[in-house]
Amino acid sequence: MEETLLDFDLRNKEEYIINMGPQHPSTHGVLRFEVCLQGEQIKYLRPHCGYIHRGIEKMSEALTYPQLIHLTDRMDYLSAHINNEAVALCVENAMGVEVSDRVKYIRTIFAELTRIASHQLWWCAFGMDLGALTTFFYGLRDREHILDIFEETTGSRLTQSFITPGGLMADVHPNFQKRIKEFITYFRKKLPEYDQLLTGNIIFRERTKGIGIMSKEAAIDYGVTGPSGRGSGFSCDIRKIAPYSAYPFVKFNEITLPDGDTYSRYVVRIKEMWESLNILEQLVDNIPQGPTMLELKAVKAPKGEYYQRVETARGELGVYIVSDGGPSPARIHYRTPNFSNLFVINKLAKGHKIADLVAISGSLDLVIPDIDR
Amino acid sequence: MQTEELTTLITALAPDQKPGISKQYPEFILPADKLHEVAKTLKENPQTKMDYLFSLTAADRKDGLNVIYHLTSTEYHHTVVLRVILADRENPMVATVSDLWSGAEYLEREVFDLFGIKFENHPDLRRLFLDDGWVGYPLRKDYKDSFIFER
Repeated sequence: MEETLLDFDLRNKEEYIINMGPQHPSTHGVLRFEVCLQGEQIKYLRPHCGYIHRGIEKMSEALTYPQLIHLTDRMDYLSAHINNEAVALCVENAMGVEVSDRVKYIRTIFAELTRIASHQLWWCAFGMDLGALTTFFYGLRDREHILDIFEETTGSRLTQSFITPGGLMADVHPNFQKRIKEFITYFRKKLPEYDQLLTGNIIFRERTKGIGIMSKEAAIDYGVTGPSGRGSGFSCDIRKIAPYSAYPFVKFNEITLPDGDTYSRYVVRIKEMWESLNILEQLVDNIPQGPTMLELKAVKAPKGEYYQRVETARGELGVYIVSDGGPSPARIHYRTPNFSNLFVINKLAKGHKIADLVAISGSLDLVIPDIDR
Repeated sequence: MQTEELTTLITALAPDQKPGISKQYPEFILPADKLHEVAKTLKENPQTKMDYLFSLTAADRKDGLNVIYHLTSTEYHHTVVLRVILADRENPMVATVSDLWSGAEYLEREVFDLFGIKFENHPDLRRLFLDDGWVGYPLRKDYKDSFIFER
């Protein structure tokens, strides 16, 4: 029996490698972490991606601009509206046209609804990753209201492809404003429940506070943006740095927290939901009248190169278009937020227990198709 | 920093730089051997402080393979675009900037994977998305594949 104990001690000193994923519930998609462990401690971690690489950039080179909008939905499917908007804005800037204020307002309303829906789903999944199953039901219950608003206007719930170069696919449903106002009232009552259920929970706090600390310098160095970067005090909100659509017309605060641990990344997202509700409230009653689609003869970007930055629910999305003047791009590149947010994970997880890896990767809020494209 | 000052700064390091075509941001076309030096100066000079590389990508153009770097400063919010044109399609090579911005390590792996551009002194230059045994570099214009849909 003594020998077995000795063996156990020896084993504890040895390093070994396990694969987490590609099919693992906490990676929320097909991503594989090659984790080197000593006992339960992470020595290093290597992400392996490409399991859902579809070649969206190559495919887009053979499609016209209004067609390739549909592929952007499939990158970060929880920020579908914002991805559409990014391409639409880039093409409109290239063509030198400006959409009506009505379109700008509706686009921003959709963007903020998307942001809330995305943060709700992240909240459900994050709670569930840490063993709190109830959050999943609470979050999905509230997200349903937003998806209903999407469905009523756009006809679909996840990949809407509603925003297109030149405006919107159609005008909004007559119920649109009423439904949003109902949702704002409803969700203002429900959001404090999120805090009661999870934020104040002692087990949750113990598992997130001081775990996976990312300094502001590391966030900038790796290009970690969005709520994950702002949780480290990196002021990176494109809505403030380079306002687009209706953001110049609204007042809101950029949420940044200095600590950089898993808990602050969590708090940033909760606070952002409150801010998004404020933005919605300022916009929903003031949607101006106007056309929802510009009359364009052809959607063609003139010869040149164009870059557009927008803020999705996960960070900075950049669309880079190289055009030869034809109806399709010569090269289109998406600088996706999740790609840059992923690779900092080795730095964050090193030295922590393997159970903390689940909390850390959950707090970065990764959507894998956005990494692989 | 204004475009004129940036031009002076970059010309001092790389006298044969050319202005780029982009109207959106100040852009400089650099020879491949000067890229690392210019990038390092832009990052470390207290007047530029380009600490955030927000995009690194490539494009296959008529004049060769282009590598495009978008840099910005989180303090001053000025942006600059650097471009390197590699005419050699067989063995395109440029120095890595992953020692300056850690995020570049993976962006460069992606460019290597899809364009076949090699980054000198890169710590771990492997394919990122495709299989290790994949033949060819898909985002090049001369890439042939029976599945590609052509217009």
